[in-house]
Amino acid sequence: MKKKYLVYMVQVHSNFRRAELESLADLYQLEIDFSSYRDDSPFFVVELEDDKAASDWIKRSILSRAIYEYWGEGDNLHELHESIRGQPFYEKYKSDNRTKTFKFEFESYRGSSKANRVKQIESFSYVEFQGKIDMKRPQEIFTVIEEYEPISDNLPGTVPIKLFFGRLIQCSDRAAVEKYDLKKRPYKGTTSFEAELSLVSANIAQVKPGSIMYDPFSGTGSFLCSGGHYGALVIGSDIDGRMIRGKGAQHNISTNFEMYGDSARFLNVLTMDFTHNALRRTLVIDTILCDPPYGIREGIKVLGAKNPERFIGKENVEIDGTKAFARRDYIPTKKPYSLDALLDDLLQYASERLPVGGRLAFWMPTANDENIETIVPLHSNLELRYNCVQEFNKWSRRLLVYINRGSEYSGNENIGQKRSQANFRDRYFSHFN
Amino acid sequence: MKILTTNFLKCAVKACDKSNDNFPLRYSGSECELVQDPSIEFNEEFMTNIMDRIDWDAVLSVAGDLGNTNLPSTKPLLNTAEQLSEDDLAVLRDLHVLLVQTSIKEGTMTCRNCGHVYYIKNSIPNLLLPPHLA
Ligand SMILES: C[S@@+](CC[C@H](N)C(=O)[O-])C[C@H]1O[C@@H](n2cnc3c(N)ncnc32)[C@H](O)[C@@H]1O
Repeated sequence: MKKKYLVYMVQVHSNFRRAELESLADLYQLEIDFSSYRDDSPFFVVELEDDKAASDWIKRSILSRAIYEYWGEGDNLHELHESIRGQPFYEKYKSDNRTKTFKFEFESYRGSSKANRVKQIESFSYVEFQGKIDMKRPQEIFTVIEEYEPISDNLPGTVPIKLFFGRLIQCSDRAAVEKYDLKKRPYKGTTSFEAELSLVSANIAQVKPGSIMYDPFSGTGSFLCSGGHYGALVIGSDIDGRMIRGKGAQHNISTNFEMYGDSARFLNVLTMDFTHNALRRTLVIDTILCDPPYGIREGIKVLGAKNPERFIGKENVEIDGTKAFARRDYIPTKKPYSLDALLDDLLQYASERLPVGGRLAFWMPTANDENIETIVPLHSNLELRYNCVQEFNKWSRRLLVYINRGSEYSGNENIGQKRSQANFRDRYFSHFN
Repeated sequence: MKILTTNFLKCAVKACDKSNDNFPLRYSGSECELVQDPSIEFNEEFMTNIMDRIDWDAVLSVAGDLGNTNLPSTKPLLNTAEQLSEDDLAVLRDLHVLLVQTSIKEGTMTCRNCGHVYYIKNSIPNLLLPPHLA
């Protein structure tokens, strides 16, 4: 028989939160009914098979805080107690926990209480826990979670309007947001992607332990860090060698991985043009996660000559008896490329390299002009599963997540067509005026 | 560049995809500077996963380029259903040292088909191509 659980979530990035929870549920093959899920509530009561399922589901989550075995809820403490005592599973839960060492915790959402917490804990005496209280290493943690109504925008509430009670099953992975905080990262740059949404992206992309993740436009390696954190062997590539080299022996992508203790999972970063790819075709890449160039802080470039006529015969030039292009210090010329073409290449590559069911996830910025329609690239073998928007003042960016369905699947397709209406870079630098 | 990476890299020249000689690349044993990072710990599960991904002939070819001819000629079959045997573990440990702990710091790799030479500089392979090959 299924059991009731309470998920307590953070109230940020709500456009990403459900996608994360669904993706993690799918990763662990859990059937979860989302019909009572609400974007505007930090609480979600669900039914799951057992504690193991609950723990699997939430242990990697970034946008939730924890999952609890559900004991009851009420609009005030009195109602909470009534609710707990009235549950069909109450007697069983009581006896399951009778002799366990334990402690109580309080969580508050949008407010805080001046109530006497000791008195409140004592009000639970009817549960008749006989185990010792252990503040350091209790076997069980019981939590009262309170929701308040703020008095005004910057004045938190003082009297809870809703209370839940539960036994902690599993804390989420939110601590990773601190661990991977860019402020503490030895090597980062202007293109580095913030920790929280990098980790969320890796969850929605379903990066799995023991799998291979590739970031074709890895820059300073933000997504590689998230992929490594979730146990994948990560490979990155970037056409700009400076990005990959970092800033000296102590500040580069490899030292970042050392600091995080994930060195074993960092395979390599390659100086490579994604469109002249050197990863062997037979290598199965389980996940592709990236933030392609949009020409804002970096150009969209590929190998090749902008004016080919100027390079005719250059392959024969020799320096000190060696072909110039074969020398260690040779720097090849690059030419501009269009965003549409680059994204077409990315979707095509994903359809060829991902296993069926594997995910491609990438970020795409857009101007918030009402008169410009955003056209999301589509490939007939890839199902567009999520399109999660993060809004800024005058622009937004979205995480597009595709699932490879294989050649049997024939979805809509718009690759090979011109999609971008206005150059995002121009719009960005004119401050969207 | 970890030796494991050599197992994933082919020649970047598109025309070479038609040939079977574009993978693995040939490593110049005499010019390659190898370094070891013994701090990367052995992880049985991780190495077992890696075994599924590697092309054994390519492991042999690259190991040979670098002067290591002690590897078994066929891919060791691991008994993954139950616990790994002592022999399996020994093989995995050896491969961990070779593929994960050992890197090429400086060196060159050459396509057996077109002969293009790629450099590995400060552990980073450079796979960019001149315009006549791009
Ligand atoms: C938006 S940045 C990605 C930043 C990265 N997520 C990070 O953490 O720093 C895009 C990157 O794509 C690289 N790039 C541009 N064209 C490329 C190409 N044809 N192949 C590979 N990388 C390319 C740029 O050098 C840049 O570092």
